[in-house]
Amino acid sequence: MNRWILALALSFTLLAQAQSPGGSLTVSFKDDISTLDPAIGYDWQNWSIIKAIFGGLMDYEPGTTKLVPHFAQGYSIAKDGKSYTFKLRKGIKFQNGREMVAADVKYSLERMLNPKTQSPGAGFYTGITGVADYVAGKAKEVSGIQIPDPYTVRILLDKPDASFLHKMALNFSFIVPKEAVEKAGADFGHNPVGAGAFKLKEWKLGQQVVLERNPDYFQKGLPYLDTLVFLVGQDPNVAFLKLQRGEVDILGDGIPPAKFVDVMKDPKLKQQVVVGNQLMTGYVTLNTQIKPLDNPKVRQALNLAINKERIVRLINNRAVPAVQVLPPGMPGYDPSYKGYPYDPAKAKQLLKEAGFPNGFSTVLYANNTDPNPRIAQAIQQDLAQIGVKAELKTQAQSTVIQAGGTKGQAPMIWSGGMAWIDDYPDPNDFYWPILSCASAVPGGWNWAWYCNPTLDRRAEAADAMVQPGQEAARAKAYQGIFAEVMKDAPWIPIFHEKRYLMHSPKVGGSDAILVDPIHTPVNYAYLYVKR
Amino acid sequence: MMAYLAQRVLQSLGVLWAVTVITFALLYLLPADPARLVAGRSATPEVVERVRHELGLDRPILQRYLGYLGGVLQGDLGRSYLQKIQVSELLASRLVPTLELTLAGVLFELLLGIPAGILAALRRGGWLDQGIMLLSFAGVAAPQFALGLLLLYVLAYKLALFPLGGYGGWEHLVLPALALGLAGGGWYARIMRSSMLEVLSQDYVRTARAKGLAGPVVVYKHALRNALLPIVAMIGTDLGTFMGGVVVVESVFGWPGIGQLTWQAIQTVDIPVILGAVTFTALFIVLANLLADLVYPLLDPRVQYR
Amino acid sequence: MNPRFRQRFLRNRAGLFGLGVVLLILGMALLAPWLAPKDPSQQFFDGLTLEGKPLPPGGQFLLGTDTLGRDLLSRLIWGARASMLVGLVANGAAVLIGMLVGASAGYFGGWIGGLLMRFTDVMMAFPALLLAIALAAILKPSLWIVALVIALVNWVQVARVIYAQTLTLAQKEYVEAARALGAGNRRILLRHLLPHLFPTLVVYGSLGLSTTVLLEAALSFLGVGVQPPTPSWGGIINESQSYFTDAPWLVAFPGLAILVTSLAFNLLGDALREALDPTLR
Repeated sequence: MNRWILALALSFTLLAQAQSPGGSLTVSFKDDISTLDPAIGYDWQNWSIIKAIFGGLMDYEPGTTKLVPHFAQGYSIAKDGKSYTFKLRKGIKFQNGREMVAADVKYSLERMLNPKTQSPGAGFYTGITGVADYVAGKAKEVSGIQIPDPYTVRILLDKPDASFLHKMALNFSFIVPKEAVEKAGADFGHNPVGAGAFKLKEWKLGQQVVLERNPDYFQKGLPYLDTLVFLVGQDPNVAFLKLQRGEVDILGDGIPPAKFVDVMKDPKLKQQVVVGNQLMTGYVTLNTQIKPLDNPKVRQALNLAINKERIVRLINNRAVPAVQVLPPGMPGYDPSYKGYPYDPAKAKQLLKEAGFPNGFSTVLYANNTDPNPRIAQAIQQDLAQIGVKAELKTQAQSTVIQAGGTKGQAPMIWSGGMAWIDDYPDPNDFYWPILSCASAVPGGWNWAWYCNPTLDRRAEAADAMVQPGQEAARAKAYQGIFAEVMKDAPWIPIFHEKRYLMHSPKVGGSDAILVDPIHTPVNYAYLYVKR
Repeated sequence: MMAYLAQRVLQSLGVLWAVTVITFALLYLLPADPARLVAGRSATPEVVERVRHELGLDRPILQRYLGYLGGVLQGDLGRSYLQKIQVSELLASRLVPTLELTLAGVLFELLLGIPAGILAALRRGGWLDQGIMLLSFAGVAAPQFALGLLLLYVLAYKLALFPLGGYGGWEHLVLPALALGLAGGGWYARIMRSSMLEVLSQDYVRTARAKGLAGPVVVYKHALRNALLPIVAMIGTDLGTFMGGVVVVESVFGWPGIGQLTWQAIQTVDIPVILGAVTFTALFIVLANLLADLVYPLLDPRVQYR
Repeated sequence: MNPRFRQRFLRNRAGLFGLGVVLLILGMALLAPWLAPKDPSQQFFDGLTLEGKPLPPGGQFLLGTDTLGRDLLSRLIWGARASMLVGLVANGAAVLIGMLVGASAGYFGGWIGGLLMRFTDVMMAFPALLLAIALAAILKPSLWIVALVIALVNWVQVARVIYAQTLTLAQKEYVEAARALGAGNRRILLRHLLPHLFPTLVVYGSLGLSTTVLLEAALSFLGVGVQPPTPSWGGIINESQSYFTDAPWLVAFPGLAILVTSLAFNLLGDALREALDPTLR
């Protein structure tokens, strides 16, 4: 049985006519924009810019985490969940003027999967049938990506994956025109050609990137802006001054920490701030393979020892304390779950039962960018109260990531600045890459080296619930899985960060657009200039 | 002098080679796996291995080094792991801004340091001397990031005399160069002062002064030229090291210099960019020091090229 | 000790003042456990406002608190230990090596000089940050490693300047005269060149102290040096610089400590030089 689901683009078109088009806005970033190749870009700056230039078969309703077809007109899922058929919209044009067809989808996916492309997102798509042979060079194409006709793409999976549609909305699956890629060669990331709302106008390396409206964009009336300027190399403190002077309209890196309290106290400035949730959890990994953290009682004791309220205050209350793995807003998040409350006395008691009445010594790794060393020191002080002496190692991010992925090296790691923000709004993105057995390998991101085969099987079963209408049951299943994880306590969840976006008074757009959970930091296509 | 020059150029090639060897060895020791970082956080071990192969990181270190050296000799510095763009293109885009900031920074150091040093030496022990000493030490001890923010806040934001950072015409250059000048000028002032005192204490100068020759003439004709030798040495080292980038000043003022590029490359273990930037810097250091060595005999004829 | 030297030194009031301040700071470092009013690592709950802002000077915390709610005064007193150690050891070593290499290269010249100065070139281009990151992962973090890295990096500037000065000094009449009288190289270097190089060494010894103390923080940030919560002056500045406009005391007080220390060493150094050889004016 195939059931077609229709797009909702019409309603956006109506919405679009309410805003007056035109104008230009400027966004500031501290770090450089590395590349605008959708198969490669994977950092804070380029994520949303790539979304502005390119697009995929799927996207989300603006400002929400609700999936909708984008370049696809609709899709159908086979009953066994192992085959997805997408119908492409007709008349979508790449920025070089050519119409997009199904072969482009196949080309784009295969290009991303090709090891020569070195895509950091290839790992999301290894479940497509035939990818292994293709990657190993045994096949010239991916057998599981089929194009029965110029406007139909069928993708076959080895096993059902309820998050597959999310993956087709991920930047890595965005559609690129073959001829433009081949023309630019390795420099495609600096000469991007997509079918998104904006196209690249100018790129001054290390200084600025300018986008301009794509007049052929398939959603009529969008985008509102004529031009969008990204200034890079802007220290957040200086960008803040520029915003007040009107030289910058959106602080891409957020409000500088030193100014945060003042801004929120100022009735005028406060109106320029939009608060949103992000699907993020900051946690301390407890390496389940290193003594004495291999003892669940010890891990539970450490969970009870941390005063998360105090840590949240250190970052000016820009987060909410966390008790579980999943962040609020993620399907499967359990608002009634209490977790491990702050209770040093009980923590000491548990340590005693585990055979450590006088505590023990261990090492806590942390990324060295502010505020992470401060947070690590707060954790260190809390641990000291129950007799656990944690020596701090604050190092460069790459060094900490390397330590976390090395078997038996890092007893504890504060994840801040490195992990974990969702790639796509599905609970399995908080399980497979960071808590599954498959990720507890050298070089992996399961820094707790936690492996529970029973939970792996349950997660697999949950991922097989692919049909519309099964979402609630699946969320429930993941809720159960993460409750089990917390019983084993491989992590100390610390907080879920909130997002604060500051903009100039002339920026128009609903709050949901300004802190879009998918198009982070901002959904540029729906921004407009207030007049 | 031509023989000396030829010899120095040969030696300089040796220096550059040594720097690439050291850098390569250090990168090898670096506790981070670039293949892993490129492959992304969702990559399976198999994907990482294939990326490692694509990057050529599975080859033996010697082979990698020879490959790099061969590339450099043909003018090919490789491609950035993360930006996938030619390293030479990245370096080229930073060359002019870095050169501008370097020259302006050294100029400000000299403008602030040399007159201050001469004045301090001539007014030795007086309040002017002590005031200059205090300012010199304060400039050197001032943390650069805070100093930069302060300059921006007062001169650019409050008084609106200069733009709020960024790259552009000379008006963009003044504040970052001033920040460098304030930090480095103190050194020049102190060295100039002691160098002047040393020369002024020498017999022939004392004799000249005793004969009633006017102060400024003595200072100019006899003292200054000799006193400048260590200053030239400092200019040489500053030209060289500034060309390697001044990370803090660049990042406060949003200056697209090579320092920010290198710093980001080091953090992301972007090996081709790191190698390219270090080699680039070494080239300028060697050049600047050579230049300084060539200037000494012009200032003091008794010093010979050797 | 030469009584004339002592007499001359004792007459120099600026020098005595410098000596006093240096002794005071060294004493502060040694007696930190008794002098500090509070535990330097204790994060006081009432050391931050409810919004998480540090407290300004005054009240319970004399010099205010840092961004973790710790007593700044206590951290400054304890921080003198790490900072003075690195400042004296690393900077001292850098000045010493720089002087030896620069003076030998300038005096002997020839292939020895060339070799030494090309080695200096290599070290100037040496990617110290990479070394620091590599060491941070391999070795247990310690101040001695930081001192080593700083010494390794900082001596080159000294060497270049000393080299340039030696080049001219070696041609001077009195050096020629000494050589004609049959003085050995060692004697010429020590008796006739060193006194003239001394002022430069004082500059590097004192100004270099400031940059060394700041550099320590940058290297510790990468994980090689003192690890939090151990305080150092540079570290306090480093972790609070971006809060500078909001909480200036966090940068001003440690900055002042560094300034005063390097000034004191400068006064002391100048006085020593004058006392050693009053003919140099």
